[in-house]
Amino acid sequence: MSNIGSYDDRIKNFDWSIAEKELDYQAGNVINIGWYCSDRICKLGKADKPALIWEGSSGQEKRYTYNELRLTSNAVGQFLRDLGIKPEDRVCLFMDKIPELYIGFLGVLKTGAIVQPLFSAFGDESLIVRLDNAQTTAVITQRKHAPKVRKILDKMPYLKHIIIVDADPAKPLSEREIAFDMDKAPKPENFEIHPTKAESPSVLHYTSGTTGQPKGVKHVHYSLISQYLTAKWVLDLQDSDIYWCTADPGWVTGTSYGIIGAFSNGVTQCVLDAGFSADNWYKFIEKHKISMWYSAPTAIRSLMKAGDEVIKKYNLSSLRHLASVGEPLNSEAVIWSEKVFGKAFLDTYWQTETGSIMITNFPGMKIKPGSMGKPFPGITATVIDADKYEPFDGPGKIGLIAIKPGWPSMMRTYWRNEETYQKKFRNGWYLPGDRSSIDSEGYFWFVGRDDDVINTGGHLVSPFEVESALLEHPAVAESAVVSKPDFVNMEVVKAFVTLKPGFVASKDLDLEIMNFVRKKLSPLAMPQEIEFIDNLPKTRSGKIMRRILHAKEWGEEIGDTSTLEND
Amino acid sequence: MEDMKEVVREYVVREYVEDDSEVTFDTPLISGGIVDSFSMVSLKRFLENKYKISIPDDKATPEAFDSVNKICILVQEFTKA
Repeated sequence: MSNIGSYDDRIKNFDWSIAEKELDYQAGNVINIGWYCSDRICKLGKADKPALIWEGSSGQEKRYTYNELRLTSNAVGQFLRDLGIKPEDRVCLFMDKIPELYIGFLGVLKTGAIVQPLFSAFGDESLIVRLDNAQTTAVITQRKHAPKVRKILDKMPYLKHIIIVDADPAKPLSEREIAFDMDKAPKPENFEIHPTKAESPSVLHYTSGTTGQPKGVKHVHYSLISQYLTAKWVLDLQDSDIYWCTADPGWVTGTSYGIIGAFSNGVTQCVLDAGFSADNWYKFIEKHKISMWYSAPTAIRSLMKAGDEVIKKYNLSSLRHLASVGEPLNSEAVIWSEKVFGKAFLDTYWQTETGSIMITNFPGMKIKPGSMGKPFPGITATVIDADKYEPFDGPGKIGLIAIKPGWPSMMRTYWRNEETYQKKFRNGWYLPGDRSSIDSEGYFWFVGRDDDVINTGGHLVSPFEVESALLEHPAVAESAVVSKPDFVNMEVVKAFVTLKPGFVASKDLDLEIMNFVRKKLSPLAMPQEIEFIDNLPKTRSGKIMRRILHAKEWGEEIGDTSTLEND
Repeated sequence: MEDMKEVVREYVVREYVEDDSEVTFDTPLISGGIVDSFSMVSLKRFLENKYKISIPDDKATPEAFDSVNKICILVQEFTKA
């Protein structure tokens, strides 16, 4: 029996107080995610239950029980407090998927500081923009990533501490650096957890938009209510589950469901900190007897690409429930997973700003392959007309996905950017920026983004950021960045570039520019293809018409070109 | 072959390693998290430019790119052709 039971019954009788009661929370009480994910589980009698089983790329393993999760996060909290970190200071986690990332997340929250996770593959330009916007006080990182922080240090006057979790004792630390060995640090039995309340800020995740700099999505401790219940009802986390969320906590799935949803439900979760390989992934499932697997369409399509033969080498019978997030899950992937695993991956739809699952397929519900499913109980979602911002009066029409504000994990603002936050609302609806239709049975069907943001492998990339980085290369005169279709990643970044006089297009220059962007921004943002052209299509007023380049890549109609220069 | 290995190793260290970690000819690059799937595209491009070959996408798998040794075996397949 699944945790949700009957979806229809839940819809009729839903109230978020269901989660509040299960978590023994009452309005006005202290609510601290760090406590709920560790201390509370111990109080429920699960202190000795494995909380985190971590495996590194060379097969090394570390295990933490819930009591160790509690004590070790206390150790992180104590270290930060002794260092002078205060409530609401921003503390950035800039690490690979190592235990320090998961436990550090809870430790930061226990101090009342705001945790700012950043993807460890970010280059220095991506890092500087996000740390500068957040005015981050401390960065917790690894030796291997410290050089990127050092490089930008002179531009970060408010960054007081760079905490290295694996410092080499034989080597001197650089300016503002301090070593912290989480496992060896003193572990206070009674750490005074900061009494955060429902609206106290908790997590600051950065996300990209079409224009402007990345936006810091501010979440609060009350988000736990949504994250706990959606993890329980959609991911169907049960006490005996061994759970694997493949997402990196540098992104929201990795924190909402790779940390908060998992630990607040008291399940055992496994983490594999290694690059992708079908063999390694199946081996990991077999070894740890993974029962609930939450992954992404890109990974699923990579597994499809690796073929069915490799699956036969492993015993994957422990798998009980599969779900997917990050981008639309195509029907072929759903059908394939049913064929090879005997279970369909259930698509879940949400985003950084929503903090938790909004529209989804539920255990026990009829699955329509390729559909996003139906709204989570307590979520009022619809599709509205893009001109009038009114819901359509019948099924099948394509419009903007719209959600009634007010669920617990909804972002509270964009950090230092309230103006952009307000623009996300129209006519009383929150607009995630995606287009969809709803069929006659209430299932949502994803159509695409409503802007130029590129969704590559489930991560959003801003064409503006990539174009800006390209312009910093000495050979680039102008650039335009669009998505192009890709089997594995759904979309990848493609750049159109014009060169400055004296530069000649070549394969070596192409590679040089790719690497330039990769190091500045991130591997995700690196153009997978660069096309050198003489002129970019522009309006008569000089604005680059990305739309034309996009249409060309996707084989779509170019549409109205009446404003095209030289047309 | 040894020359090629050294050239590839040097490129990997220069482009993808940010600290002083050692990369040997057998160090796992993809499964070891040194080169991610997106960056693999630039590594493939480097090999194609350097050795004037074209590696089909279905041959450029994470397994085939997982160490300097494996990469050089793959490259040789095409340089011999």
